[in-house]
Amino acid sequence: MAGKANQDKALTVDGLTVKFGGLTAVDAMTFDVHEGEVLSLIGPNGAGKTTAFNAITGYLKPSGGNIAYREANLVGLNPNQIADLGVVRTFQKTSVFGGQTAFDNVLMGLHRRQKQTALEIIFGLPSVGSEEQTMREKAREVLDFVGLGARANELGSALPYGEQRLLEVAIALAAHPSLLLLDEPVSGMNPSETASFMDMLGEIRKLGITVLLVEHDMKMVMGVSDRVVVLNYGSIIANGSPAEIQKNPDVIRAYLGERHRKTKRGGRGKRRA
Amino acid sequence: MNRQLIEVGVVLLFASVPLWLGNLYYLHILITTGIFIIAAISLNLLLGYTGQLSLGHVAFFGIGAYTSALVSLGFDLELTDSYTFVFEPKPVWFSFLCGILFAAVCGWLIGKISFKVRGAYFVIVTISFAEVVRLVALNWIDLTEGPMALNNIPPFTLGIPGLWELTFYKKEPNYWLVLALCVLSFVIVRRLVESRAGRAMIALRENEPLATSVGVDVTKYLVLATVVSAGMAGAAGGLYTHYVRIVDPDVFLFIYTVTMVIMVITGGKGTLLGPIIGGLIFGILPEALRGVAGPEVQWIIYGILMILIVYFLPQGIVPALTNWWRQREGHQDPPAPKETAREVVN
Repeated sequence: MAGKANQDKALTVDGLTVKFGGLTAVDAMTFDVHEGEVLSLIGPNGAGKTTAFNAITGYLKPSGGNIAYREANLVGLNPNQIADLGVVRTFQKTSVFGGQTAFDNVLMGLHRRQKQTALEIIFGLPSVGSEEQTMREKAREVLDFVGLGARANELGSALPYGEQRLLEVAIALAAHPSLLLLDEPVSGMNPSETASFMDMLGEIRKLGITVLLVEHDMKMVMGVSDRVVVLNYGSIIANGSPAEIQKNPDVIRAYLGERHRKTKRGGRGKRRA
Repeated sequence: MNRQLIEVGVVLLFASVPLWLGNLYYLHILITTGIFIIAAISLNLLLGYTGQLSLGHVAFFGIGAYTSALVSLGFDLELTDSYTFVFEPKPVWFSFLCGILFAAVCGWLIGKISFKVRGAYFVIVTISFAEVVRLVALNWIDLTEGPMALNNIPPFTLGIPGLWELTFYKKEPNYWLVLALCVLSFVIVRRLVESRAGRAMIALRENEPLATSVGVDVTKYLVLATVVSAGMAGAAGGLYTHYVRIVDPDVFLFIYTVTMVIMVITGGKGTLLGPIIGGLIFGILPEALRGVAGPEVQWIIYGILMILIVYFLPQGIVPALTNWWRQREGHQDPPAPKETAREVVN
């Protein structure tokens, strides 16, 4: 029963191509994300993972191809319109509202859940105050969920690196995603932080949120993913379960092998622009 | 509860000023300062909360002033040789609202442009806009009398026509009117800032990609901020015009925008009280110095004080005081991120 539901396509990326001048960063990429699953997008640096993320979430215009989420076409929409469809992302480079407290960071993330119009606010209608109260409670819940409840009054920029990354996830979760795109969420975290992040990812899944993950930490990718899509030079070279991916010779050569067989890198390195 | 009591107390204190001040010239200074504070509050919404520097903010002030003056005076325009459009004088409260509305419409236009151009380009667009409006006011003599100025602008009135009416010839009612609108502007900005709309503006200022990723519509909130801000500046212009009762193209001078920017930045941009504190200091200071120093010395003191504030309190007076207060109270809050003077101006 659950397995069948999981086969529903949430996100469909069809022939996505992104070119920067003469460089093809993403070349005819095709993959689906099913409802409720955790799909990881992996590949060496420069393989086009973040570019694909940016195209899906509207931060750059694809040169070709289609992107659809729950049958809505995403190509040509602004990032905020895509967020309104429930597709919310985090950024590779740590990105929080540095001058605001952790609590206010999350309140800002709750923007989409609030409904008051500017006129209602200016006239100070009672509904504005009561909604504000509900949102404050929500913000506290979200902070507790990611484990930053005790840090509510700290400035975003004053948090240690690992906690800033958690705050990022809290901001994204506050925006009520049905598809969450995480761009290297554990980069720079220590192993114990990574382990607790993996636990949190499990909790996020339980909320029914589909996750598309870009990550370099193979232990994490293999531990949390239902499926893995491997990119190299902008093209998909493998697509399957973590176990299949680990055995795939192309993947070992292109990606995993780089760590283990450093001596063979010389010839391949040149193709990277 | 405590906070509300303090607020009511402060407003009452300011309201009581005409009763004990006893000097009409001082009251005049307070009225013009109050008008500037409203303009500074409106600029702060744009500069402090969305981070967009409008160096043509005086345009909205002047548009409010001219619109309100013209609607209350009436005007006729020779559209063709045979047809003249005649506009009958309207009551002051109506002209005042027209001034706010027209300034807000201009703000909407500028806001729409600001979606396409940001940063330095937005600054240039707003400067050019103010200059164009000034040239129109100067050269469209049929409508604005150009450098001859619009004279005999009727003052505000209050009351029920035919039964009882108070015309604001005296300083006191003008002072209370300005104070009331100061409070109203402050309340509007506070409501906005402490709501999802204000948070969206702050989010855009702090980290635009992140803000859009959680669904904040950039255009919508920039336009909202400019419309509210321009309307408020227009209200300040309307107050000015019906208080001074003469308006000429000099209301569009760049120095007035600069004065507003100084008030906002020294007081503390992006804080609710900043423009009020900055406005009080830099509104009253030039007049206070006039009695004790020669004209050159006045401006030197003015300039030095400004440099000192920006140099030692780059975030402005209000944030500096809040930080100092928190430390005194023994809170272990981390200090706000250091900001250099250059960043403040940017």
